[in-house]
Amino acid sequence: MHADPIGVLTGPHFIDGDHACSEGAISAGCRFVAGYPITPSTEVVERIAERFPTVGGVFIQMEDEIASSIAIQGAVWGGKKTMTVTSGPGFSLMMEHIGFAAMTETPCVFVDVQRAGPSTGLPTMPAQGDMMQARWGSHGDYGIIALSPNSPQECFDLTIKAFNLSEQFRVPVMMMMDECVGHMIERVVIPAAEDIKIYPRRYYEGTKEDYRPYEPERDLVPQIVKAGDGYKIHVTGLTHDELGYPNMSVSTQGKLVRRLVDKIKVNAERIIEYKEDMVEGADVVVVTYGISSRTAIPAVEQARKEGMKIGHLRLIVVWPFPEQRIRDLASKIKAFVVPELNFGQISLEVERCAGGKASVTLVGHAGGTVHQPKDIYAAIRKSVKG
Amino acid sequence: MPEELFEIEESVPANPVEQYLRMDRMPHIWCPGCGIGTTVNCFARALETSGLDLDKVAIVSGIGCTGRVAGYIKLDSFHTTHGRAIPFATGLKLANPELKVIVYSGDGDLTAIGGNHFIHAARRNVDMTVILINNGIYGMTGGQVAPTTPISAVASTTPFGSFEQTFNLPFLAESCGAVYVARWTSYHVRHLTKSIKEAIAKKGFSFVEIVAPCPTLYSRRNKIGDGLDQMIYYKDNSEIKNGADTKTVSMEFQGKIVVGKFVDRERPTYNDAMMEYYQKKLGDKFVSSDEMRKAFHAQNRN
Repeated sequence: MHADPIGVLTGPHFIDGDHACSEGAISAGCRFVAGYPITPSTEVVERIAERFPTVGGVFIQMEDEIASSIAIQGAVWGGKKTMTVTSGPGFSLMMEHIGFAAMTETPCVFVDVQRAGPSTGLPTMPAQGDMMQARWGSHGDYGIIALSPNSPQECFDLTIKAFNLSEQFRVPVMMMMDECVGHMIERVVIPAAEDIKIYPRRYYEGTKEDYRPYEPERDLVPQIVKAGDGYKIHVTGLTHDELGYPNMSVSTQGKLVRRLVDKIKVNAERIIEYKEDMVEGADVVVVTYGISSRTAIPAVEQARKEGMKIGHLRLIVVWPFPEQRIRDLASKIKAFVVPELNFGQISLEVERCAGGKASVTLVGHAGGTVHQPKDIYAAIRKSVKG
Repeated sequence: MPEELFEIEESVPANPVEQYLRMDRMPHIWCPGCGIGTTVNCFARALETSGLDLDKVAIVSGIGCTGRVAGYIKLDSFHTTHGRAIPFATGLKLANPELKVIVYSGDGDLTAIGGNHFIHAARRNVDMTVILINNGIYGMTGGQVAPTTPISAVASTTPFGSFEQTFNLPFLAESCGAVYVARWTSYHVRHLTKSIKEAIAKKGFSFVEIVAPCPTLYSRRNKIGDGLDQMIYYKDNSEIKNGADTKTVSMEFQGKIVVGKFVDRERPTYNDAMMEYYQKKLGDKFVSSDEMRKAFHAQNRN
């Protein structure tokens, strides 16, 4: 299925990542957004607020992020594709509802334009400190998907991908932007609507009597219906059986939570996406995501100029993490270098998967600005020398 | 002989409210003497005479004893997170304005953790009916103090009695903009049924507070008897005052309870205000959602 042409602004644009994200959402068919103002994500909802009344969408500025993150889920069950947008402090407030979306298998998109924390931190400056929060922030065990764009063009492309993945796997998908990518202005080319692939909602089409709301299909994802279609569904955040009814048994908990985790795990190879540059034959591989992938480029190029064999692996999908690829590389290379605007989040994943077979060097940063390429270069050089 | 018994059973008419309940989920979790079941009966009877297409009615609950109502009602039903039934319902209603959306939850859920959402949904006049069971306590977690616990009443977290000012919920709802405000007790089943029916039929944010007993955790701890004793207290101490000034309807420990329909007024709903404003402001450029357009025109025909 391709995008509804209403709202797709086909052609070249010169816009920032936040606005590109809004356009990605509209192109993906998002027609309900609830949000609450917070720097540096506000431009996303400002553009949505301006565009939605002309494309049949409903935007509401809720009283807080908690309300926004549950209003979008009500709207999903009302039949809309939905998104909320925030930054660190608001993302923290939304955690309970990421768990609710995971538990009730409500497909929706959470955009986090990351700023430096903790707490209020540096509201107008970048960081990548919410990466583990995106994965583990809500209590209990569940699977999610998180994407990390490094340009306004990718803010557009990956927002569409975020919607598609959320529909395909019925999970909340986190769009992990950062202040730098959000406010960076670049050329963004929006394709023709017929060239934008849309994954349609997995609506149940069988008879009402046979419908079991939480009975999964072969890929572990159940089919959905919406309120008003006469199915008289029950949706609860409590542990539930295949009918959707609360069931407080250990066996139901085991079966349900195992599936919520497994539906991402077993489908991981279909979800994972990364870009590699000269990774084959490299001694050191720099693993990056988001804005840090761009500050790493001059460092990688400088090292290559000096004859070092440096590969660059950029994560586009951060969660699920490409465990197998890192494992394979670890047995072939000397070291990984991981620059990120935090003091060790994704580098820990790299370390876990490397399993001691290759060293892992974090180029940490408290955020507030981006890395100096020279710091990344120094880490690369040190790793090459061992 | 067994055949004969079978025939007798068949001739017993079904309980008229059963068709509105998920009978496969019975028995429910509520304690003997609890008022919630009574209110569910009234709600089902209100639905029965409402003339609504029940495929288009959705019920949303939060967390707590009353939060379990959604799980027993045979409608599209959503048991959400603690305090967040109203913003969930807001999203549901705005996504599909054809739905009749009812929020059914408790005093702690809707006015403590969910208080902010309550006031803003009333302010926006989002078209929904909020049915609030006020038992003056957090029942599910074991009887902790609530914003509605009367001064001097004992709760597990106010072992010497509460000294906090309580919420006067009808006054709160009216001052925030609710278009329909009523209060009854679980003793007033006929008035309550009628009131729920009116509230559901009302366009905009309608609010029905139901004072109901929690014999296990409130009455017992406060030594005021069991569920039946509370019914007698409601019967003897309630005063029906339709149109009463909501400023004057605060409740005190075992004091008089003013009940009745306090507010019934008109204000444009959130959806209608949005449709009318954008049509005026944006003219032909305005494209509303298909559902919104359909609901708006259906209303205007009536």
